Amino acid sequence: MMMVPARAAAVRRPGRWRAWHRWLRRNCDGWFFASPWIIGFFLWTLGPMVASFGLAFTEWDLITPARFVGLENLRTMLSDRLVAQSLQVTTIYAVASVPLHIVFGMALALLLNTKIAGLRFYRTAFYLPSVLSGVAVALLWRWLFSTEFGLINQILACVGIQGPSWLGDQRWALPSLVLMSIWGVGGGTIIFLAGLQGIPTELYEAAEADGAHSWQQLFHITLPMMTPVLFFQLIAGVINALQVFTQAFIMTNGGPNNATLFAILYLYRNAFEYQRMGYASALAWVLFIYILILTLLIFRSSTSWVYYEGDIRRG
Amino acid sequence: MTIRPMPRHLKGLRLGLKQRRRLTHALVHAALLVGVFFMFIPLAWTISTSLKPAGDVYLFPPKWIPDPVRWENYREAVTAIPFARYFWNTSVITILSIIGKVISVTMVAFAFARLQWWGRNIFFMVMLATMMLPTHVTLIPQFVMFKSLGWIDTFLPLIVPQFFGGPYLTFLARQFFLTLPRDLDDAARIDGCSSLVVYSRIILPMSKPVVVMIVIFVFNGQWNEFLNALIYLQSQQHFTLALGLRMFQGESAASWHLLMAASLLTMLPVLALFFSAQRYFIQGIVFTGVKQ
Repeated sequence: MMMVPARAAAVRRPGRWRAWHRWLRRNCDGWFFASPWIIGFFLWTLGPMVASFGLAFTEWDLITPARFVGLENLRTMLSDRLVAQSLQVTTIYAVASVPLHIVFGMALALLLNTKIAGLRFYRTAFYLPSVLSGVAVALLWRWLFSTEFGLINQILACVGIQGPSWLGDQRWALPSLVLMSIWGVGGGTIIFLAGLQGIPTELYEAAEADGAHSWQQLFHITLPMMTPVLFFQLIAGVINALQVFTQAFIMTNGGPNNATLFAILYLYRNAFEYQRMGYASALAWVLFIYILILTLLIFRSSTSWVYYEGDIRRG
Repeated sequence: MTIRPMPRHLKGLRLGLKQRRRLTHALVHAALLVGVFFMFIPLAWTISTSLKPAGDVYLFPPKWIPDPVRWENYREAVTAIPFARYFWNTSVITILSIIGKVISVTMVAFAFARLQWWGRNIFFMVMLATMMLPTHVTLIPQFVMFKSLGWIDTFLPLIVPQFFGGPYLTFLARQFFLTLPRDLDDAARIDGCSSLVVYSRIILPMSKPVVVMIVIFVFNGQWNEFLNALIYLQSQQHFTLALGLRMFQGESAASWHLLMAASLLTMLPVLALFFSAQRYFIQGIVFTGVKQ
């Protein structure tokens, strides 16, 4: 390396290579320590993303060589009824579950923020289900939703209601999954609770001195001060809701009649059951762009409702 | 507090301040207990099912307390599937993932929190942006890559990527490192210590809380991981618990008591971790969720 430099440059600026060397030395520690992530970023994120984009324009079954087909995958997608269905299912799930999580999570946090006795017990109790996840939980809920002997229908039967067959019923399968997701509401509650405890008490003291009721305090202090946390939870919630897989795969396998065909499930089927790697890549990108648009819309809307301390409010 | 004089005829009706507070607290407790009830009932029902004789599972009205309590269900559950094998596989994947994540995440966070280097701010922004990135976009090319490496049906695709950091936990660790006093590393630098020494002798020893948080998050994530295991692990002897449970479900659709016993056993390590390190769970979630 040191031998190669053009002689001309060395003649013109004798200190140049020394400066270059010093610059390298100054930075090499940082690069070394950051290297796992930087290498990982290119290896596991950027590289695959570019590859996936390229694959989206091909037809490939992993056995015969990939064939470039241009926009054929996109055209197929437009006429594929299941693509629309999967996006619809995923969207409905997000639109139903995310607000429910935020409302319930926030309500619970407000209740827990009242300086009552037994706070630790309650916090544990609500938080516990949210750390459980995966196949075991999906199976647990499958059993609860079981038509004849599941707990939910047994309880309904005790009060004389004939419950639906939940996961087996086209109209109830998706609501069942939303219901199940509420079990994990405690994770959000913990975050909201921490946010609530971070609101300066002077604000409440001042409001109290001005004679504001607790409802006024809620709507004019608590909620505005919580908007950054709510905003973060909204974004994270939407991104997570659009990536549901395990529950759908274990509990309903997309059925009945595709009522729970989540986007990732359809992607999985195309890639790993039908070996349509090109088409699945195209699906992945469409879903990615869809999530991106939703996230951007939420970001755009945030200027009008998220309040950051030290911000000068416009309008 | 402003005290407004109350009209005389209402005085008898208003509750005193203390009574009012007591009433609100009672209402809050009532609401919370209803919530707790709904949180616990699914678990209670599962535990109950897992201890019943097969015939009692389908009784109506449901029997809550199993009678007789049948502990053998658990033994049958772990012999009906190669539970020990799956447990071992899951443990290997989880433990190696934890090691990889702890090393890589603390290193990268150290670089972002304590070192000056060209590209730091840009890469930090990029890292934050990747938090928003849905993981499924990279799923297929990664599969192709691992396939061409011949890593299909090995644990490697599940473990190796864990050695390259990850945005959430790196952010968490960076936030933590920023709260550590700088005097110590400045002093060490003046004494001529290298970054490696500062990292391993000064920063890491002070970082127990954040290391515990990383361990918890990775444990919880990898123990329950399903999609990647489903894609990469094909022969039964390599299955994780998540895959094994799924097999079990397919084989014996009717034996819910055994299935619930196996599910509970799968959740047990997570539950144990939760109860022994709840403080760190909560700290970690708060760190990433609020302190943006």
